[in-house]
Amino acid sequence: MSDIKKFMFVNRKAPYGTIYALESLEVVLIAAAFDQNCSMAFLDDGVYQLKKGHQTKGIEVKGFEKTYGALEDYDIEKLYVDQESLAARGLTAEDLCVPVEVVSRAELGKLMEEQDVLLSF
Amino acid sequence: MKFSIVVNEGPYTHQASDSAYHFTKAVLAKGHEVFRVFFYHDGVNNATRLTTPPQDDRNIVSRWSKLAQGSELDMVVCVAAAQRRGIVDEGEAKRNGKDATNLAPGFRISGLGQLIEAGIQADRIVVFGD
Repeated sequence: MSDIKKFMFVNRKAPYGTIYALESLEVVLIAAAFDQNCSMAFLDDGVYQLKKGHQTKGIEVKGFEKTYGALEDYDIEKLYVDQESLAARGLTAEDLCVPVEVVSRAELGKLMEEQDVLLSF
Repeated sequence: MKFSIVVNEGPYTHQASDSAYHFTKAVLAKGHEVFRVFFYHDGVNNATRLTTPPQDDRNIVSRWSKLAQGSELDMVVCVAAAQRRGIVDEGEAKRNGKDATNLAPGFRISGLGQLIEAGIQADRIVVFGD
């Protein structure tokens, strides 16, 4: 399978409370293993996935903040974060655990238009 | 056109599985091709043949099975998501030392690579979730 497509993974949910964020990371890593052109977008409560300092001991759930840091080892370097979602939650790029590109909603829309495959979680 | 369908929610709690079913049926009825239906997250719960809804309600699981039977639809359940939620076929039961299986007819358990392949091969991938 030599086709390379542009995959964007859209993350809209908080990291814990539901399993979407964790299972979506699993898909991203597999897509990277298939040598696809991968990017991730974080919007709404999805921006909390990248917030520094996950502490999951109290809820007895495995934390996965470190996985975001490992993404660049899989050549996933395009992480887009919606500016409005950050602002609405009192966050800035400095609060996040990995380097990201903060984009406006309009810019995010344009990026989405450029994709071949959009998977939203 | 060639479609792939992704179902991210389980049956009955969310509309997503119903919508995905109706969409898939309509796609096939219009003469398009469905490369694959991929069940992920709680979507894997659409594949347990132990589902027993009240008699006057739709049976979401057997409805999918019937659709697959009539159209040779490739319905794939993610293995990692299935293991978490207790969706088991014979191979998985043997591998993980389970004493029962519950995978409904027409479904098969496989890896996440099948979802990526579905994205690569299809002209359109349509996600049904919450």
